[in-house]
Amino acid sequence: MKSSLYKLASAFLAPLVALAIAAVVGDLLILSFGQAPATVFRLLVEGTWGNPYGLGQVLYKATTLTCTGLAFALAGRAGLFNVGAEGQLAMGGFAAGIVGMLLPSSVPAVIATLLCLVAAMSAGAAVGAVPGALRAKFGASEVIVTIMLNFVVLALLNWLVAAKIHVPETLHTPPIVAGGVPRIADAFPAFHGSAANWTLIIAVVAALVSAWYLFRTRAGYELRAVGLQPDAAEYGGVRVSRVLFTTMCLSGALAGLGGMNFVLGYKGYYEEGFAGGAGFLGIAVALVGRNHPLGILLAALLFATLSQGGLAVNALVPKQLTDILTAVVILAVATAVPEVQRQLRAAASSAASSLAGAMRREG
Amino acid sequence: MSALSFLLQTIRIAIPYLLAAAGGVMSERVGIIALGLEGLMLSGAFGAALGSYYGGSPWLGLLGALAAGLIVTSVLAVATLRFRANQVVVGVALNLLVVGCTRFFLRLVFDSASNSPRVPGFGDDVSGNAMLASFANPVVWIGLFALPALGWLLYKTPFGLRARAVGEKPEAAATLGVAVVPLRLKGLVIAGSLASLGGAYLALDQHQFTDSMTSGRGFIALAAVIFGRWEPMRVAVACLLFAGAETLQIQLQGAQLIPSQFVEMIPYVLTIVALAGVVGRSTAPAALGKSE
Repeated sequence: MKSSLYKLASAFLAPLVALAIAAVVGDLLILSFGQAPATVFRLLVEGTWGNPYGLGQVLYKATTLTCTGLAFALAGRAGLFNVGAEGQLAMGGFAAGIVGMLLPSSVPAVIATLLCLVAAMSAGAAVGAVPGALRAKFGASEVIVTIMLNFVVLALLNWLVAAKIHVPETLHTPPIVAGGVPRIADAFPAFHGSAANWTLIIAVVAALVSAWYLFRTRAGYELRAVGLQPDAAEYGGVRVSRVLFTTMCLSGALAGLGGMNFVLGYKGYYEEGFAGGAGFLGIAVALVGRNHPLGILLAALLFATLSQGGLAVNALVPKQLTDILTAVVILAVATAVPEVQRQLRAAASSAASSLAGAMRREG
Repeated sequence: MSALSFLLQTIRIAIPYLLAAAGGVMSERVGIIALGLEGLMLSGAFGAALGSYYGGSPWLGLLGALAAGLIVTSVLAVATLRFRANQVVVGVALNLLVVGCTRFFLRLVFDSASNSPRVPGFGDDVSGNAMLASFANPVVWIGLFALPALGWLLYKTPFGLRARAVGEKPEAAATLGVAVVPLRLKGLVIAGSLASLGGAYLALDQHQFTDSMTSGRGFIALAAVIFGRWEPMRVAVACLLFAGAETLQIQLQGAQLIPSQFVEMIPYVLTIVALAGVVGRSTAPAALGKSE
C-alpha cells in the first residue's frame, strides 16, 4: 500500500506543484501588463473549453502534441532523449503530403489514408534511425545528434519544397489528391471552423498501443529494462544496442505520425514550418505526463489549452504569456520531480527508521 | 571579392559564434550541458537593446546584456545545481522561456510584435569604411580574445584545473576539497556572460532587437564546441570555419552553385559526423549532464 501511495504522490504531486508555480508567474505577468488575472484566466478558459470552436482547436493541437509527447516518452523510457521530434514530425508530414499528392484519386479513401499513415510513420522512423544507429553503434550522444538533425531535416525539406515541388508564390506543396482525413465538424457541425479532425482518434490509438507495447509486451519490458539499468539488462540477455536503435525508430515513427494531423486533416498539403515547435512541446507533454501514455493524453490537452488560450487572451495580454507559462511548467516539473521524489524518499526512510525504533523499544 | 573583405566579413559573422561557443566550452567543461546557449544569446540581445535604448549608449547596452544573461543563468543554475533537474530538459525549457519572455517584454516595453526601435551601437561616429568601423566595437575584440583567454584560464590557472576536474570526475574533485557546486556556478556565470555578449553583438550591430534574432546561432555555437572537441583553440577554428562557409554563401549568392539550404547544413552535418567518430572521435567531458 505504501508503494502505491508513493507512486500516486510522485505522479501527481510534481505536476500540481508545477501548475501552482505557473499560475503565480502568470498572475505576476498579467499584473505587469495592467490586467486583472481573474479576467484573463476566465477568458482563457472561455476561449478554449467554453465553446465548440475553441474546444475543437484544443483537440486539434492536442492531437499533434500527443504524438510528439509519445515520441519523447517512449525514448525516455529507454533512457534516451529524443530532442528531434520537430524534424521527425516535419518529415512525417512531408511524406504524408507527397504520398497523398501522388496517389490517384481512384484509390479507396481508407486505403489511401492508411498508405499516407505508413509513409508518415516510416519517414519519421527514418529520421529517428540516424541518431538511433549512431548511438547504438558509436555511442554518439542522441541529444546532440537529434538537435543537429532537426536543422538538417528542416533545411532539406525547405530546399525540396522551394526548389522542386512548391506551388508558385507559396511555401507549400500542391494539395493532396487522396488520403485526406475528414474534419470532426463534418459529423458534428457544432465544431464548424475548427481544425479538429479524426487524426485525433489515430493519436489516441497510438497512445493505447504505446501503453500496451511498453507494459504488456516482451519488447516493452526490455525497453524499460534498458532505461532503468542498461548493464543489468545486458547481463539479463537484452541486446541493449538493438533496443536503443529500435526505440529511436519507433519514437521517430510516433512523431512522424503527428504530421498527418496538419497535412491530411487540416490543410491538405505540406507547408514549410508547419511543425512550429510542436516537436519541442512534446518534451513538455511527456514530462508532465510522466512518460506514461495515458498521462500524455491529459498533458497534451493541458498544453493545447495553453497554446489556444494564448490566442483567446491576446486582446488583453500578449499571447506569448502562455508560451512563458509553458516554459515555466516544464522548468517547474523538471525541478519538482526529483525534489518531490527526494522528499518522499526521505519521509519514507525516516518513517521506516522511527518504526524500527518503536519496534525495538516494544521488543 | 577581395581576400580582405572576405576575412573581415567572416570575422563579423564569427563574433557571436566565438562568444557563445566560449560560453559553451566553459559550461560543458564544468559538466553542465550548454543547450541553453540560444536562450542566453537571445536574452543578451534583448538586454542590449533595452540598455542601449534607455541608456543612450552601447556601453549601457552591454551592461543590460550581462544583466539579462545573468537572470537567465540564475534560472539555469537554480534548476540544475540546486534542484539537480535534468539538464537537457532545463536547456530546452530555457530557450522556450526566453523566446516567450522577449516577445512578451517587446510588447510590454516597445509595444511591438516584431522589433525594438533603433538603438545606438558602437562605431556610429566612425566615418569611412563600414567594415573597418566594426573594429571600433569592443565586443569584436572581446570575441576575438574570448577563446584564447579561456584556453589560458582552463589550462594555466588553478581555477581551470579545478573546473576540468569537476567536469571529468566531480567525486574525485570533491574528495580533494574542491567545492563542486560553487565552482560550477562560477563556470555558469562566465558562460552566461559570454553567451549574452554574443547576443549583444547582434543587437548592437543591427541597431535593434528583432524577434528571435539569434535564429539558431546558439546551436551553431554548440556545434562548434562539439566539433572543436571542447578544446578552446579548436573550437575557435570551428567557429571561423562555420562563419567562413556562411560568408562564402553570402558572397556567392548570385552564382547559385550550391543551394543556400545545403550551406546552412554544414555545421550540423560536420558535428554529427564528428560525433560518429569518422574523423577523430570527439569525447565529451566525462561528467557532462550527470546531475547527481
